[in-house]
Amino acid sequence: MRTVESSSGTATPDTFPPPSIAVWQHSHVLDLDDFTREEIELVFEIADAMAEVLTREVKKVPTLRGKTVVTLFCEPSTRTRASFELAAKNLSADTVSIDASKSSVAKGESLIDSLRTIQALGADIIVMRHSQSGAPYLAAQHVNSSIINAGDGWHAHPSQALLDLYTICRHLGKPDNLKIAIIGDIMHSRVARSNIWGMTTMGAKVVLCSPSTLLPRGLNDFIANCQLPKVSIENKIEPALENADVVMLLRLQMERQQSGLLPSLREYIQHYQLTTERLSLAKSNVLVMHPGPINEGIEISPEVAHGTQSVIEEQVTNGVAIRMALLYLIAGGKNK
Amino acid sequence: MPPTLLISGGRVLDPGQGIDKVVDLLIAKGKIAWIGAKGTAPNHPDLKTIDARNLVVCPGFVDLHCHLREPGFEDKETISTGTKAAARGGFTTVCCMPNTNPPLDSQASIDYVKKTAETEGIVQVLPIGCITKARQGKELTEMNELAEAGVIGFSDDGDPVASSRIMSLAMDYSQALCLPIIDHCEDKELSDGGFMNDGWVSARLGLKGMPEAAENIVVARDIALAQMTGARLHIAHVSTEDSVELIRRAKEKGIKVTAEVTPHHLTLTEERVMGSQLEKNNRLTYDTNAKVNPPLRTKEAIAALIKGLKDGTIDAIATDHAPHTLVDKMCEFGLAAFGISGLETALACLMGLVHSGQLDLRTMISKLTFEPARVIGTRYGELGTLKTGCRADVTLFDPNKEWIVDSREFASKGKNTPFDGYHFKGKVRMTVVAGQPVYKSE
Repeated sequence: MRTVESSSGTATPDTFPPPSIAVWQHSHVLDLDDFTREEIELVFEIADAMAEVLTREVKKVPTLRGKTVVTLFCEPSTRTRASFELAAKNLSADTVSIDASKSSVAKGESLIDSLRTIQALGADIIVMRHSQSGAPYLAAQHVNSSIINAGDGWHAHPSQALLDLYTICRHLGKPDNLKIAIIGDIMHSRVARSNIWGMTTMGAKVVLCSPSTLLPRGLNDFIANCQLPKVSIENKIEPALENADVVMLLRLQMERQQSGLLPSLREYIQHYQLTTERLSLAKSNVLVMHPGPINEGIEISPEVAHGTQSVIEEQVTNGVAIRMALLYLIAGGKNK
Repeated sequence: MPPTLLISGGRVLDPGQGIDKVVDLLIAKGKIAWIGAKGTAPNHPDLKTIDARNLVVCPGFVDLHCHLREPGFEDKETISTGTKAAARGGFTTVCCMPNTNPPLDSQASIDYVKKTAETEGIVQVLPIGCITKARQGKELTEMNELAEAGVIGFSDDGDPVASSRIMSLAMDYSQALCLPIIDHCEDKELSDGGFMNDGWVSARLGLKGMPEAAENIVVARDIALAQMTGARLHIAHVSTEDSVELIRRAKEKGIKVTAEVTPHHLTLTEERVMGSQLEKNNRLTYDTNAKVNPPLRTKEAIAALIKGLKDGTIDAIATDHAPHTLVDKMCEFGLAAFGISGLETALACLMGLVHSGQLDLRTMISKLTFEPARVIGTRYGELGTLKTGCRADVTLFDPNKEWIVDSREFASKGKNTPFDGYHFKGKVRMTVVAGQPVYKSE
């Protein structure tokens, strides 16, 4: 196992890597449904060390020197992609980024072909974003490189869920029995789906709140069949917010209204926007979170988005540390 | 001239005639010549005896619904490979759907299929014609001419006629021809580009769902139109409990409706999309081989479909054999083609229901033979029967033979099966078409 060293070569902290690294079982990170609590806690432990690296003047350690990380983004993204690339660079990996919305993938080259090519070029880790749910699972079946899912369709976004949880833990400690309200377009949200797994594994209660047209019809059966008693559904925002420890908003895409799922943005704003007044229903030390990009004035009022309870920017910063931790674990955890 | 065959010592099961006993069966000049007690067959020169002990001997299976892909999609299947697959599955007659390229909406294209089937096919191929020109749902095909060319019914399978008015006209028109309208019942606007059943699995996987209501709505509409027009309606691949109930009530009212169900809808649920139990690492998959339209549903639906078979609401078991290339299936779930290559696993799949006591053997054979034959009628002779004097289409199968599905062994070009690696009990041993053995397994 590599150690996190500063560029001058001094290992810090002294106990790195922690003995708990033995719990790591993943050669891919596809979703959080197969993560144990111990594994999530390990990611956080490593992320703490990475966060320390990020405070240094030279934010770079040689941990992944000689490793190649390819980001394959088959759907537009700025923040997730930048976050992964910075994470890889901070660990001294060589990075190649492929914008597949402009490359041969868009020209009809099959995803498997593209992945095999990337593998043949020597990629150790492929970070992929794709508009089709399940695409990273297809990838993991067909290539030997490690796959990190950077968001697939409506399905999963595990690094986002980990950074959300990490941010929560940094402020509120262990998440057991915290009430976390996720508000917005649940149906189309990979962030919500991954957070359902991660948050419940960490012992939190999750309240999903959305107009009925933006909830998957099978959600109740999903919760029942997967034995997720800590997850509940609310159609109104007020009961969801009541005594909440964390409120997470989801981006409302304008096309949802255009395709008839909502009568009007006006009505959505009136009934679902997180305002200062509504936020007062939550606990006084509530955290306000958003995976971004934010539609200010739609799902969240500007005052709340930039208010004292907001940790939205911190989420972004923590994202780099979490992704460094994932890259570190995946690079070292493989071929056990 | 086909050989003279004595099929000896098998359990002859012909639900159409109510025969179920161990007797011998003589085939001569391509026809069923005689059925009687062992050792009493009339003497015949050049008699070849086939030992059928421990085998079931039944009429050749009749598939009301398959896709042979020719003309136009020969990379997926041809009439040659499709009928070989049929023979391996015990099917002696298959009805092919018209969603080819060009579609089977003209006499010329029907003639092409029939001629190709005569020269390249090893089982009987009966074409189904389009309801509307180019399957666009706008103008009726020249149904009279298609009937003269030999179609056994009309369908825009896969692209159901959305307009109730056009559908009512199609029924009015076909009613005079005594041919059924066969409908793939789906409200496409409601299923809205979905990929699988709208339920807990689609919610978990983040896949767009196709609600059961999308099927039920069109089943109800079609039944109302069949009642209004007096036309014959055949509902393809029923997959929901409510469809079964709608058809049951329609039959009670005397509306001329028949229905079919597929082996996969009788045995698999939506959960199969997440992978099969065979997978070792237990990792979630998005198995495109379980992507089919109508989608795999729930265990409640399966129970209702089996009940419908037993009480006569559902007349036939049809494969909806839908072969695709590897490229069509080895891709992202949302981009993959719908369909299952089903001819070669149908019997084994259904025998699973028989062995587990959910379906009796006689009913299963009835739904594969004389009941689907009734939907076709007699213009191609009497099908699905072992009556003496009828064309000798006979299937022999071993109900207890255990085997493991390996799609690489399929005669079909379509290796797209969700049953790969499944351990099955029940296998076709011989398929005889017009007295000629066209398939034999070791």
